[in-house]
Amino acid sequence: MSATNAKAAPNPLDALSVDGSGWAGDARSNALTRLRQMGLPTKRDEYWKYTDPTTLTAEDAPKAALFDAGEKQLFDDVERLKVIFVDGVFDAEASDDLSLESVEISRLADTTSADIHWAKPLYGTLETNGQDPVARPLAALNTAMATDGVLLRVTGKVSKPVSLIYRHKSETSDATLHHVIKVEDGGDITLTENGPAAARFNKVMEVDIADGASFHHVRAQGRDHERRAVTHMFARLGAESTFKSFTLTANGVLTRNECVIELTGDDAVATVAGAAVGDGVFHHDDTVFITHDAVNCESRQVFKKVLRNGAVGVFQGKILVKEGAQKTDGYQISQSLLLDDDSQFLAKPELEIYADDVACSHGSTSGAIDEDALFYLQSRGVPLKQAQDLLVLAFLAEALEEIDSEELSDALRQRLEDWLARRSAG
Amino acid sequence: MLDIKNLHVGLEEEDKQILKGVDLKIGAGEVHAIMGPNGSGKSTLSYVLSGKDGYEVTDGSAELNGEELLEMEPEERAAAGLFLAFQYPVEIPGVGNMTFLRTAVNAQRKARGEDELSAGEFLKVIRAKAKDLEIDADMLKRPVNVGFSGGEKKRNEILQMAMLEPKMCILDETDSGLDVDAMKLVSHGVNALRDAGRSFLVITHYQRLLDHIKPDVVHIMANGRIIKSGGPELALEVENNGYADLLAEVA
Repeated sequence: MSATNAKAAPNPLDALSVDGSGWAGDARSNALTRLRQMGLPTKRDEYWKYTDPTTLTAEDAPKAALFDAGEKQLFDDVERLKVIFVDGVFDAEASDDLSLESVEISRLADTTSADIHWAKPLYGTLETNGQDPVARPLAALNTAMATDGVLLRVTGKVSKPVSLIYRHKSETSDATLHHVIKVEDGGDITLTENGPAAARFNKVMEVDIADGASFHHVRAQGRDHERRAVTHMFARLGAESTFKSFTLTANGVLTRNECVIELTGDDAVATVAGAAVGDGVFHHDDTVFITHDAVNCESRQVFKKVLRNGAVGVFQGKILVKEGAQKTDGYQISQSLLLDDDSQFLAKPELEIYADDVACSHGSTSGAIDEDALFYLQSRGVPLKQAQDLLVLAFLAEALEEIDSEELSDALRQRLEDWLARRSAG
Repeated sequence: MLDIKNLHVGLEEEDKQILKGVDLKIGAGEVHAIMGPNGSGKSTLSYVLSGKDGYEVTDGSAELNGEELLEMEPEERAAAGLFLAFQYPVEIPGVGNMTFLRTAVNAQRKARGEDELSAGEFLKVIRAKAKDLEIDADMLKRPVNVGFSGGEKKRNEILQMAMLEPKMCILDETDSGLDVDAMKLVSHGVNALRDAGRSFLVITHYQRLLDHIKPDVVHIMANGRIIKSGGPELALEVENNGYADLLAEVA
């Protein structure tokens, strides 16, 4: 029966071909071969049980109406180096000069014709590692087909954040970006990402963090209601290194953010956190897989979602502690605040532990707004809607606290407050 | 100031009448105390006046300076000048005490058509008032009531009262969970707010608190009604003899 089906619907992967030239050519060909073996994800896959990938794998990107909230650009007050992509294409004119001390910035599309590049041993490598034990076909698709992206090599402490800004100009744009970041020993960088990106956005970021290096990542996905995105973050951590990633998501009909982290050196610390605010047609999926493969490492997952009017939140989070990864400290919390009966939160926390001297905890809750707190605020004169907003912000605060930079965290908090206030007013 | 007439209140969820015809009139600048055995309806009265969900008013009225309270939202009652110091102040993780107070003060000012206080103006006022109540900077920074001791929570209630400057203050068992020193501090805070234009309704089990906050009138509540009213000596009578005699008297 499946043979008949296969005949009826020709495999779209057969038609794909990659650019096999330049330093990334082999990695691309290899990715396409792997992708053909895996096949595209379907709703029947266990890993996609809560999120329907159909529109992410469809040949054409579903149309997404542009949306202008008429608000100030996020992080506008933050001194930073701006790298701008419009519908997935680097915009040199709009971007800042890419020279900055302690970091080498180049563009994937510019360098791929070269024979060799420092990114060659990395491009597609962390993505490939991340395919085991769970297949992530859309990441392999990205490695094979990515049209642009940045390559960052960090050699010291970078004085200001590098900011990737994704503008959305076309209602049918289908963007595939692949970034490679190598943080060398002693390197320390903050990378921000924001903007709606495209009607459909497939993004992979591979981050290799050397011993003693630090990588901070703060991202805001938002505004366009109809946008779709699937993103993968693959990070490998050396000894005594730090990885911190935070994502704020608002709006968006479908977002799947996968984060795959491998702690390979002793005493490393990884934090991945997220706050999502969904209203109406909104499906947001955080899928995290953290592998502890070294001694005395710490990992934290902190995810908060506020859902209303039928919005759906998903969390799939796993901590895998390999044999010998003693003194592991793994923490995971995923919580949702459901503002009405129509909204849904689906959580699948998992622990798999093969070492005997570890401390791992996980928790997941779903709840409504605390009526006692609401009444307390009202009894002090705070109007109902404002009181609700205050409690929503309070709920999300724990995730925002995972951001190291006060400047960036304040900017996100302010953005959240504005969103909520506007919504309450409207 | 406060004029409660024939107030009948039941629970929304179950068929149970709690207040069975409460009449109470408090003039401007007066301090009234309500005492009574457990389950007499004292706390229910405070909740109904401040607008908590779950109660159904079946009869009667409660006016604050001529305005019907029972038809207002809780925040409107607050803006009209009503304040309830909670028996169990609510912990709100994630909301800083200072943010909470400033939001409340400015929401009320806005509701009354007054200009909002700037961060600087607010800070100046709150620092002085917090100092009087021995509330330190750390308590102002921490999330509302989270990790506060019983005494700290009650002091925080009085600080809110001092900041909001209400006309009608209801203190629901403010003495519960307080040691002697904390009770003095809280009472001192309340007494500092006594004013010809401000009235108090002090709900308590014990006469002790009334040594510090001296009432003009004492009411005894039992089984959903005020069964006896008198001067401060009534509280002493309760302290010495319990409620049994009084209950027998009206039975």
